[in-house]
Amino acid sequence: MFQVPNMLFALPEMLMLGMACVILLVVAFTGSRRTAWVYGLSQLTLLATAVVVVWFIGEGGLTFADTYIKDNLSDLLKLFICVVNMLVLLYSQAYLKARQLLQGEFFVLAVFSTLGMLIMVSAYHMLTLYLGLELMSLCLYAMVAMQRDSGVATEAAMKYFILGSIASGMLLYGMSIIYGVTGSLSMNEIALAVAAGNGDETILSFGIVFLVIGVGFKFGAVPFHMWLPDVYHGAPTAMTLFIAAAPKIAAFAMIIRLLAEGLIDLQHHWQDMLVMLAVLSMIVGNVVAIAQSNLKRMLAYSTISHVGFLLMGVLSGTQEGFSAALFYTLIYALMTLGAFGMILLLSRQGFEAEYIDDFKGLSERQPWFALMMLILMFSMAGIPPLAGFYAKLTVIKAVIDVDLLLVALVAVVTSVIGAFYYLRVIKVMYFDKPLVDHKLEAGSTMQIMLSANALMVLGLGIVPGILMKICTIVFA
Amino acid sequence: MIVLSDYLILAALLFSLAVAGIFLNRKNIIILLMCIELMLLAVNLNFIAFSHFSGDPAGQVFVFFILTVAAAEAAIGLAILVLLFRNLSTINVADLDRLKG
Repeated sequence: MFQVPNMLFALPEMLMLGMACVILLVVAFTGSRRTAWVYGLSQLTLLATAVVVVWFIGEGGLTFADTYIKDNLSDLLKLFICVVNMLVLLYSQAYLKARQLLQGEFFVLAVFSTLGMLIMVSAYHMLTLYLGLELMSLCLYAMVAMQRDSGVATEAAMKYFILGSIASGMLLYGMSIIYGVTGSLSMNEIALAVAAGNGDETILSFGIVFLVIGVGFKFGAVPFHMWLPDVYHGAPTAMTLFIAAAPKIAAFAMIIRLLAEGLIDLQHHWQDMLVMLAVLSMIVGNVVAIAQSNLKRMLAYSTISHVGFLLMGVLSGTQEGFSAALFYTLIYALMTLGAFGMILLLSRQGFEAEYIDDFKGLSERQPWFALMMLILMFSMAGIPPLAGFYAKLTVIKAVIDVDLLLVALVAVVTSVIGAFYYLRVIKVMYFDKPLVDHKLEAGSTMQIMLSANALMVLGLGIVPGILMKICTIVFA
Repeated sequence: MIVLSDYLILAALLFSLAVAGIFLNRKNIIILLMCIELMLLAVNLNFIAFSHFSGDPAGQVFVFFILTVAAAEAAIGLAILVLLFRNLSTINVADLDRLKG
């Protein structure tokens, strides 16, 4: 019997798909004359999707023959993805314009990859998960390569493409093994089959190895992190910002759906693998970042260490751990947005502001934005009372609760090591003489939103209760 | 009689060849693209074998999607390759060394 699926659960995606096609048509017919319209239309699309997500919050369930889910987790993540990407487009506008990259294609790719992220967040079937992942990744590869005459950007795009494809291949191989053992591709049926003890646990854990490798590649966890510094460094800063912020939220949804919902009964198998990834990521990320002189590369290694922290919450396998990891992901997205936004703010035509030395003496010329950067760097280092501190505290607490004291110890020690390179940025901003003049060419909207972004990191550190409560309800 | 494990061993061999090809190859990016394609085909073989022997068609449907996505992926990969050749005048893997830190 054919049943009409409940389309309402996928309304945000359908709206975004429709609007993405409209944007594509507008770009095709107006060419490069009307980029302001296309920009407005893209922002409107993201805003409308966010409104739809908020409007239908609450009621949820499975739809499309159990391939698609709408629950509190998907609502929260979708809302954040839309808001984060709105900020990304706003921050990128002036930068892209100065480099003749503000073309319609950028917005089409941005909206389509946002659609991919939304699908990933709602996927409850291996096939939907894979399709969402590829829709997102393929747009991101093209986006990195958009600066066509730049050697480093195309090299970064090639590396991103190759390693992203390897990740997809690994993930698919893992999925095929899980499918073979459990006889199903749907997360709830996989969970049922695993709970009933169908199939050999050894073969299942063989499949999980490949799933974890695939997810590790997408996150950029050590030892699958090789692409991350090169891509962050080589891509135009606006694209780096796009890759760094929202896709991590989507990757978080992927790891939760695969490991925490589909394979939760095999937690003893994947926990050890994630412990290794988390510990190595925290050590390598924080230690190698010290040696960097390029701020984008430094932030890439800092991302690797943040991924380690985030995985710590997931590997604990408890409700508290998942909510801590969710909280960490959201705070990470806000901090990254602010830090790369600051690079975009200071850069102008012919000047990238991507070296740490370019921030020398920022407090003399732009005391307000030096203060904002100070907040962001302190928060990334995990210094109270900023949001980064609270996020680190909750994930460390989550692993201590499951008696993984050694992991918690590594986390604390490496975050002390990591504080060095964040503090160095603050030191050059406040105690060194300026080498370049810091003129701001960005519009006032961006300046206000960037300040609001940084102040929100401060605000969420002082009152983390509300967001933390939401993160707890999502997994309750 | 060909049993399930024969298919799985073949797929595993193809997959390992593809992974070895990606990591050993230092000469040509096109070979890398071919290895990625081989990787996905090995996965397809796995899916079809499982699907056939368990009598569940979902795996075969998955294969159609993988094939389609692989085509799109190859298109983007080759487009990036053309750009790379235009900018660097080489498609040698060892020459991709401008990004260091």
